[in-house]
Amino acid sequence: MVTGQFFRKMGAVSAAALALMPALASAQEIGAVGRGHPEPGQFHLQESVTPIMDSIVAFHDGILMWTITGIVLLVLVLLVIIMVRFNAKANPVPARFTHNTLIEVIWTVVPILILVVIAIPSFGVLSDQMTVPDGERKYLGANIFSLGEVEVPAATVTVKASGEQWYWNYEYVDQGLAFDSNILSEAEIAELKPGQPRLLAVNNELVVPVNTTVRMQVTASPTGVIHAFAVPSFGIKVDAVPGRLNETWFNARETGIYYGQCSELCGKDHAYMPIGVRVVTVEEYEAFIAAFEESRDYATAAATLPAL
Amino acid sequence: MANTANLEAHATGHDHASHDHHTPTGWRRWVYSTNHKDIGIMYLVFSIVAGVIGGLLSGAMRLELQEPGIQIFHGLAAMAYGLEGDSAIDAGKHMFNVFVSAHALIMVFFTVMPATMGGFANYFAPLMVGAPDTAFPRINNVAFWLLPPALLLTVLSMFFEGPAGALGFGGGWTAYPPLSTTGHPGPATDFVIFSLHVAGVSSILGAINLITTILNMRAPGMTLHKMPLFAWSVLVTAFLLLLALPVLAGAITMMLTDRNFGTTFFSPEGGGDPVLYQHLFWFFGHPEVYIMILPGFGIVSHIVATFSRKPVFGYMAMAYAMVAIGFVGFVVWAHHMYTTGLSLDVQRYFVAATMVIAVPTGVKIFSWIATMWGGSITFRIPMLWAIGFIFLFTVGGVTGVVLANAGADRALHDTYYVVAHFHYVLSLGAVFSIFAGWYYWYPKMFGYMYSEFLGKLHFWVMFVGVNLIFFPQHFLGLAGMPRRYIDYPDAFALWNRVSSIGYYVTFVAMLIFFYATWEASRKKRPAGDNPWGEGATTLEWTLSSPPPFHQFSTLPKIDSKDAH
Repeated sequence: MVTGQFFRKMGAVSAAALALMPALASAQEIGAVGRGHPEPGQFHLQESVTPIMDSIVAFHDGILMWTITGIVLLVLVLLVIIMVRFNAKANPVPARFTHNTLIEVIWTVVPILILVVIAIPSFGVLSDQMTVPDGERKYLGANIFSLGEVEVPAATVTVKASGEQWYWNYEYVDQGLAFDSNILSEAEIAELKPGQPRLLAVNNELVVPVNTTVRMQVTASPTGVIHAFAVPSFGIKVDAVPGRLNETWFNARETGIYYGQCSELCGKDHAYMPIGVRVVTVEEYEAFIAAFEESRDYATAAATLPAL
Repeated sequence: MANTANLEAHATGHDHASHDHHTPTGWRRWVYSTNHKDIGIMYLVFSIVAGVIGGLLSGAMRLELQEPGIQIFHGLAAMAYGLEGDSAIDAGKHMFNVFVSAHALIMVFFTVMPATMGGFANYFAPLMVGAPDTAFPRINNVAFWLLPPALLLTVLSMFFEGPAGALGFGGGWTAYPPLSTTGHPGPATDFVIFSLHVAGVSSILGAINLITTILNMRAPGMTLHKMPLFAWSVLVTAFLLLLALPVLAGAITMMLTDRNFGTTFFSPEGGGDPVLYQHLFWFFGHPEVYIMILPGFGIVSHIVATFSRKPVFGYMAMAYAMVAIGFVGFVVWAHHMYTTGLSLDVQRYFVAATMVIAVPTGVKIFSWIATMWGGSITFRIPMLWAIGFIFLFTVGGVTGVVLANAGADRALHDTYYVVAHFHYVLSLGAVFSIFAGWYYWYPKMFGYMYSEFLGKLHFWVMFVGVNLIFFPQHFLGLAGMPRRYIDYPDAFALWNRVSSIGYYVTFVAMLIFFYATWEASRKKRPAGDNPWGEGATTLEWTLSSPPPFHQFSTLPKIDSKDAH
């Protein structure tokens, strides 16, 4: 894709700039795009593993970045020309014109056309996000100028996430199984889940099957405050509002752990209630849920999953 | 004022305040002031004081975020409350939120608004329309003197209990319930609510005064369509204040009764809805961001024309673009709420309406460029700030177009991308326009010229500094770093470090600013009535520097052929 080039070039530029600041970081580390979590020095959206995030990345990189870079460069170039050609030395006698109908019409109409070009895929991307798959509807995926070509199965798993102060409670709605998910301290990470990132690792990840559409219901404790459930690699973010049940969905195509963080100010530990979603194979998920139903205990069920 | 002619005749020197017994002197001159220029100066001083407080608060935040982990706030909490160990860390985490909230409140309500709508609007809108003073001088006095207690209330809120066992209000300037109601049972939030009520009354009174002045006290011959663009921008902004602030007042009053009198407007257990508050807040909050930037548009238009020695290009389009921005600004509020669970159709509407704003904004940017095109430009200090404003506001504007798209905002909402965006339009937009206005009108207000070298130094150091702070924050936001976080995953360390370094550079720039101001007041280089030459065509340049205590005792007549 063309847009990849843009960011590779930006990566080269930024690496070059950073090479001048050896105290900050080594150039090699910079610019990698994390999947499921950010990478050091990352300056790009996280890597996508869902059709929704595919469309967000394509929309942002393919249209928005080019458009806004172009506009900024246009303004910059015009300003530079003005500074060179129309400074008092180069142009001692100022012109007196104050109107030019043609140019005024152009700079009104052309932005409108640009906005229309942005709006068409924008509405498509938005509609995909807000429409839970029924199995029939086709989704845009990375091809945001299509009318939809990605098939997404109807939702078969429903999970309810509830924001608490300051952790998440997840419930497998169909089975009525709930558990809490808390942040791990650095010491706990070293002991239980070595290598997992600080401030992102949780004790109990939400376990979901790969290539399966998961319906997420998001709310917050009725007597609590607003939080927001977000997983960047899935392209989802939805507020957890007391007294409301918000809905979103995702269909992750690769197994792994995907992290997110609470995205609405919720008090002193706002930065300490991460979201960890573990995407496993369908067989692993079925074994996990069966063990969970039988034991009613998350830890016992999680023990059925392969070690990380 | 029967004696104004006499006053004006005498008040040509620098000592305009002290030699006439009708002119109040000493503290009475300021505290009892009904003089729009003196009140304007007081607003500017107030804004600078508040800006220092707000800037130091953000300094603590940047120090904290310079490295992953908790750096300083547990120490600050230990110093302030005498706590140790884990309780110091807990108090520090809350204190960070308190700093975030206070920084925003102070910068919005007590720095930017007093500088533009208080200082420059009060001082220069009457001069530009050829009025002897504002329409309601005593209201003007009240409006100003309500602000210091309002600021005091916000500052005091930091020292009263917020959440159980912790001091200060940490709910952000947006103050969403239930975090601001049940989440902060202590009186700190009530202090903030009261502060906003008082500041709101101040702004509404100021707006009434400015609207009346501009609509009724223009010099003979100055029709609305001949009025300078700064006066236009003040008129539009004053209407935005008048229409938006009562909605905020209503929202925070409902919050006050929810907190103290058992109502449940915003709490679901009583049938209320937390999202209702967000609608009300942003119905105020979005016009508020235009309130902060529109006067800057007016200032920049004059500076660009002055230093290009060329009239403003497309005057009518410039004026009505501001009207359009103000109007559309009232119907786009829910683009701050894309993730709250708005339906698809509602989100589609707000995407479309929000993108519309890019069109009049584009008209303004291109018209400024067209004003300079063909000009004979001298790059004096105000012009540097104005050109810096145009470029940086463009950068902030285009990221606004990105965020306007609900589909893309899904990834960026409540991340540092948003922080970068609104600081580019405010901290690099509005603040640059304020400095542009400061350096443009400093010789007029004080009669002295500042050092050209120090002004340039201030501009360039600040330009580098603020870009270092805020440009990397786009990267953090794209990579997913949420805002209002005291600590972040280690991957975000690099750009946070760069951002903090940018803060130190900006800090130095502010020191240069204060030194330059001090130096100018000591060197006392006379500025003359019009230091900017033939390009400066508005009425304030026809007066002495500083202008007489009362001006235009004989109203100026505006010729039908006069340029704007």
